[in-house]
Amino acid sequence: MENSNKRYWKGIEELTNEPSFVKNVHNEFGNMPSENDAKGESLVDGSTTHRRDFLKVLGFGVAAVSLAACEAPVKKTIPYLNKPEDVEPTIANWYASTYTDGGEYASILVKTREGRPVKIEGNTLSSISKGTLSGRAHASVLSLYDNEKLKGPQTNGKATDWQSLDAAFTAKLSAVAAKGGQIRIVSNTILSPSTKKVIAEFAAKYPTTQHITYDANPTFGLTQAHGGILPSIDFSKAKTIVSLGADFLGTWVSPTEFAAQWAITRRVSSEKDGKKDMSRHYQFETILSNTGANADYRASYKPSQEGLVAIALYNAVARLTGAPALADAAVKVDHLDKAAKDLVASKGASIVVAGSNDTAVQQIVVAINTLVGAYGTTINTASPVHYRQGNDAAMANFIKEASAGQIAAVIFYNANPVYNHPQGATLVTALPKIELSLATNDRADETGALCQFNAPDSHYLESWNDAEPKAGFYSLTQPTISTIFKTRQAQASFLTWAGLSNDFAAYVEKNWESNILKGGKIAWNKALHDGVYEPSAAAVSAVSPTVDINAAAAVIAKKYTASSTALEIAVYEKVGLGTGSQANNPWLQEFPEPVTKACWDNYASISQPTATKLNLKQGDVVDVTANGYKVTLPVLVQPGQAQDTIAIAIGYGRTKAGKSADGVGINAYPFIENGMTGVSITSTGETKAIAQTQTHHTVMARQAVVQETVLAAFAKNPMSGRYKPMVSTSEGKKDATELSLWNGHKYNNHAWGMVIDLNTCTGCSACVISCSAENNVPVVGRQEVVNRREMHWMRIDRYYSSDAEVEDLQGLEIASDNPEVVFQPMLCQHCNNAPCETVCPVLATTHSSEGLNQMTYNRCIGTRYCANNCPYKVRRFNWFRYFQTDDFDFNLNNDLGRMVLNPDVTVRSRGVMEKCSMCVQRIQEGKLTAKKESRRPVDGEIQVACAQSCPTNAITFGDMNDPVSAISKLLTVEKEGRAYHVIEEINVKPNISYLMKVRNKDAKKEA
Amino acid sequence: MSHVVSPIREKLVTGGKSYSDVTHDICKQVEGEPTKEWKIAFGISTLVFAYGAYCLFYTWWQGIGVWGLNKTVGWAWDITNFVWWVGIGHAGTLISAVLLLFRQKWRTSINRSAEAMTIFAVLCAASFILAHMGRPWLAHWALPLPNTYGSLWVNFNSPLVWDVFAISTYLSVSLLFWYMGLVPDLATIRDRATTKGRKFWYGFFSLGWTGSSKTWARYEYMSLILAGISTPLVLSVHTIVSMDFATSVIPGWHTTIFPPYFVAGAIFSGFAMVQTLLLITRVVFKLEDYITIEHIEMMNIVITVTGSVVGIAYLTEFFIAWYSGVEYESYAFINRATGPYWWAYWMMMTCNVISPQLFWSKAIRTNLMVSFFLSIVVNVGMWFERFVIIVTSLHRDYLPSSWAMFSPTRYDIGDYIFSFGLFFTLFFLFAKFLPVVNMAEVKAVMKGVSSEFTIKRIKPTKKTEE
Repeated sequence: MENSNKRYWKGIEELTNEPSFVKNVHNEFGNMPSENDAKGESLVDGSTTHRRDFLKVLGFGVAAVSLAACEAPVKKTIPYLNKPEDVEPTIANWYASTYTDGGEYASILVKTREGRPVKIEGNTLSSISKGTLSGRAHASVLSLYDNEKLKGPQTNGKATDWQSLDAAFTAKLSAVAAKGGQIRIVSNTILSPSTKKVIAEFAAKYPTTQHITYDANPTFGLTQAHGGILPSIDFSKAKTIVSLGADFLGTWVSPTEFAAQWAITRRVSSEKDGKKDMSRHYQFETILSNTGANADYRASYKPSQEGLVAIALYNAVARLTGAPALADAAVKVDHLDKAAKDLVASKGASIVVAGSNDTAVQQIVVAINTLVGAYGTTINTASPVHYRQGNDAAMANFIKEASAGQIAAVIFYNANPVYNHPQGATLVTALPKIELSLATNDRADETGALCQFNAPDSHYLESWNDAEPKAGFYSLTQPTISTIFKTRQAQASFLTWAGLSNDFAAYVEKNWESNILKGGKIAWNKALHDGVYEPSAAAVSAVSPTVDINAAAAVIAKKYTASSTALEIAVYEKVGLGTGSQANNPWLQEFPEPVTKACWDNYASISQPTATKLNLKQGDVVDVTANGYKVTLPVLVQPGQAQDTIAIAIGYGRTKAGKSADGVGINAYPFIENGMTGVSITSTGETKAIAQTQTHHTVMARQAVVQETVLAAFAKNPMSGRYKPMVSTSEGKKDATELSLWNGHKYNNHAWGMVIDLNTCTGCSACVISCSAENNVPVVGRQEVVNRREMHWMRIDRYYSSDAEVEDLQGLEIASDNPEVVFQPMLCQHCNNAPCETVCPVLATTHSSEGLNQMTYNRCIGTRYCANNCPYKVRRFNWFRYFQTDDFDFNLNNDLGRMVLNPDVTVRSRGVMEKCSMCVQRIQEGKLTAKKESRRPVDGEIQVACAQSCPTNAITFGDMNDPVSAISKLLTVEKEGRAYHVIEEINVKPNISYLMKVRNKDAKKEA
Repeated sequence: MSHVVSPIREKLVTGGKSYSDVTHDICKQVEGEPTKEWKIAFGISTLVFAYGAYCLFYTWWQGIGVWGLNKTVGWAWDITNFVWWVGIGHAGTLISAVLLLFRQKWRTSINRSAEAMTIFAVLCAASFILAHMGRPWLAHWALPLPNTYGSLWVNFNSPLVWDVFAISTYLSVSLLFWYMGLVPDLATIRDRATTKGRKFWYGFFSLGWTGSSKTWARYEYMSLILAGISTPLVLSVHTIVSMDFATSVIPGWHTTIFPPYFVAGAIFSGFAMVQTLLLITRVVFKLEDYITIEHIEMMNIVITVTGSVVGIAYLTEFFIAWYSGVEYESYAFINRATGPYWWAYWMMMTCNVISPQLFWSKAIRTNLMVSFFLSIVVNVGMWFERFVIIVTSLHRDYLPSSWAMFSPTRYDIGDYIFSFGLFFTLFFLFAKFLPVVNMAEVKAVMKGVSSEFTIKRIKPTKKTEE
């Protein structure tokens, strides 16, 4: 290239070489401000603001303003840095464990999702609980997430840490022990052998220690009558069952276990050679209990007659067996002679149980059972159960000593006697006289709040433990989550205070391996896996305890009266809330009591004639006074209750249990000791609505709803008592289901269905809680239940019989004074011609290809047309937003409470309809599991929550397309027998069938 | 359309009005300052509207749990009010369309306000469609709109979808009919306008009306066509509304008599509402010469006829409930008359069946005060009819375990008040800004009168010349 001297210039300045240009010629960006220029200059003084500073300030400002403006929802999700070996997201882990609450026992399986327990099911490996669970056991998972428990140890109401508590407490305890001061550990029944051993170790260290056991619902009388043991009872072997006030299907000793046994004797079959016999169940009681509602014959007596009724029954039996009779006080109770006749006739397969806590009464019952050959068959003293170990005398003595200032230190081990002991008030005054007091209760409850130290025990789902519910039958509890709060399980505390290693897990294992198990570590692992260890069958003894019935009769004659018209208080336990230990559990508060259908309260129930006599009606608020103890509560009119009695439930009236429990109802424990005399009731003139989920109590002679027959008729013809609606057409009468507008659905794969046996459903309502837990059913609270807006997908309808004629519509609304009762579980019937499906404008509820009526929550616009058009009224509407709303301050309103939610089920928003989905999430999971293994789901593999939790197996769920499934077989047998659809004539063709109720009565009441 | 009026007929417009009198009488309400009465009435209705709007807002904010509904009674005041307002909305179209086809000349002075009332009533009804939804913000899902969910469509089996079509069609046709009838009158006001704003707005809405013979001819054709379209709507809307109930399985709802029964009831209540409004309007706006006693009497006769039809329907229901032998249906009806809501049933019976029979007496049906009172009684009765059908059927249906009672909360009441506020606010705005009587059509029925007037007019002129 030719050399060139051409010079290119960029601007006039360069060409002319102006001084200003020359000055900056080496500066690439010319005269622009540099960072160096800004150095040392304050941004604030604003003299010069440079571009970059401006951008900096702008950027910071925008970020700061936007950060301050939006409160970003903090989702506390922490990814697994190192994934735990067993935890797979979305896959549930199941652990075998044991539920114990005082003497309540159930072997359980705990479902955990991503490390948190969400559901409890029964463990079928246990030969004791056999997979049955009470509603309380189902609800206990929610108590784990109770935000109002103590969050750590406390000294004099102030939070402390465990080291300081241990140091302070042991120092004081040692001082007490050194002085020889009396130390008491007060607890309810302890089923755990290892725990008892720990207490023994503690007592060894502090020799003045005595362990006092009492029960809020004691059976001390029964235990006394059996020489200090509680015999095991097997109703399944009984042909005649007589109960004197023992609510054994609802609350007495071990109700779900008994219900399962009872149901075996109540199951019948329409098959040609099928089982056509049933046990006959007599119930004599004061209130209409859950058990009484299921009895074939029922009569009522006043509490003051109880002992004399027992003697009358004894005499009736004695007359038939030739045994010497006792002095008789001529008490009038129906069916007593008939019961005696049946007891004697089925000798060896008869049983009498009594709910009384009076030793004398129980002794008479022992004598009756001896006469009818119950020992060795239905009652077994060789294999005692440990459900109630309370010693009322020892407890009374403790209170006496405490009041006298003779006790120096007391540890309340998960016991709340201030609330749940009849002499709680005495204890309140006695406690300050005790130098040192500590409670391991999970919250600062009525007793805990009065103690100096609170060493809160962990929830059973956070703890190691074991149990021996029956001699030789063992069960293990393992933690399914690490402790949520800074709690420590009480056994570890006792070990610490005893100066031992506080590793209770190791302690249990060591105890088992050396004293219980045979087979070392392998056996331990198997026991832990199974949850139960049952080395040998129970021993059987036909020996009956020896009792002095004449002495007992003398006691009874003094204490009871044959007839009186004075008012008496009958204190009873509710099926749902029980003794009130889990009162702060909103699921239990909203549990509709099987018989009264009431929740969120206790009340004074009285019979209609008594109400008329006292000029009271339902909802009137009354003052009930007995021997100086006065309570104010509303009246509930209860058919079937003994005249001149007022029944009040325990478990309510908590004052320091938490927001769900406090102020709900009144405390009835003080009435236990003094409710038989000096009772008065006066109206306050106010009224209060009782939160009942059912307010119309009779079935209005609607045969299409409830069908029933008596055993004799059924044995002759399984279709007897069946009501077949027929429709008149031009071609004569036709079966209502033959006429249809619709072509029907084709189910090529599965056809899910359910059969509910009205004969074995006891109405216990465990399924209601189980369903709520499985399906995230919200709790709506007292006022909303009064407004008839409870959300339960599963409800148990309870109907009383009426004495009126079929035509007398007004009369049919009034229940009999001693009604027959029927329970009918009612849930979405998954109709094949579903009325809800046709009316939804947006196709939010549709039919699945497997027969399910399914709700698409996201699509629902909330017209409620489907609910109106549902003949069964099973649809539930989200009237409000039930989660994260202050008006519904239950478990869904706090982060901890929401941990119980089942992640497989959507939480429904405000304004959408919901209803039973037949646990579609479980069906889907089961189908997927089978698909992954390239097979069909096996019958029984998929279980819906209600069917799984039914203690009596009254609910059979399965695939009706599968010819070998239990439901198909059952329907094949019962199609020409007991199976019917509720209100069949409207031809909605439900996928849920009911099996007619059969009562073991002599003849049909209305011929 | 010919407007020949037989000379032997009673005069439809009294007081010897001339065409210009008509124009002046009607337009002065629009052109003049609002009267004191109007201000008071409008003020009250705005206050009512504001209170109602607060209640409705609260309902939407909290959820419809603030109402008294429950798991058994899923509809109560909401749908009662909806059906009631839709029923009221029937009279307008009936008067404009059916009476037009039947050449009932007397309708001309009342059809405008009746149509306006129809539209406002349908709007009130529509407000309850929205309000009763759990998630009203998703109301558009009830429309068959294209969406991103593929083939997701509305459920054409559902009577609620039929409702959506029926009500929206009815509203659009009624609106069109009403507006079309307004055009010549709007043009009159435009032509008389003295202010710029009035000239612009009335000019805008009169769509360039010239009043040429061609436009008048088109106007007449259009009226006939719309009348033809509207007439089946009068029957269809309430037929379809009744199907919300008739196609269900609930005893007391599942009744084939519902379509004619509902239509008769709708006309009944609609005429009563028109009657109420007319009696107020004629006094407030001094339109006694246009809305005469004869109008009132005619309306009362229609009320008596439809009231009797409704009464027969009530009795037929009872007969069928007994004759069918259906246990649940029999119970539903016995429960209506004797159950816990017996008072609502007998309220309905008294108001709807007994009270209109008083109009058999000429003295009563031409008495303004009694007519006014009874027109309100009829609508009270018709409200209770819907309440009885909805609530007493639902509260005790098949399973006695679910039987429940319904009692209203302040928000049930407040939201009903809202609809009144909305209705009267709109009606008073209409009465102020639009001609309440169709001037063009009224003039057409004054032919005989005007000729008389011409003669009268000439005579005094002569006198003055003398």
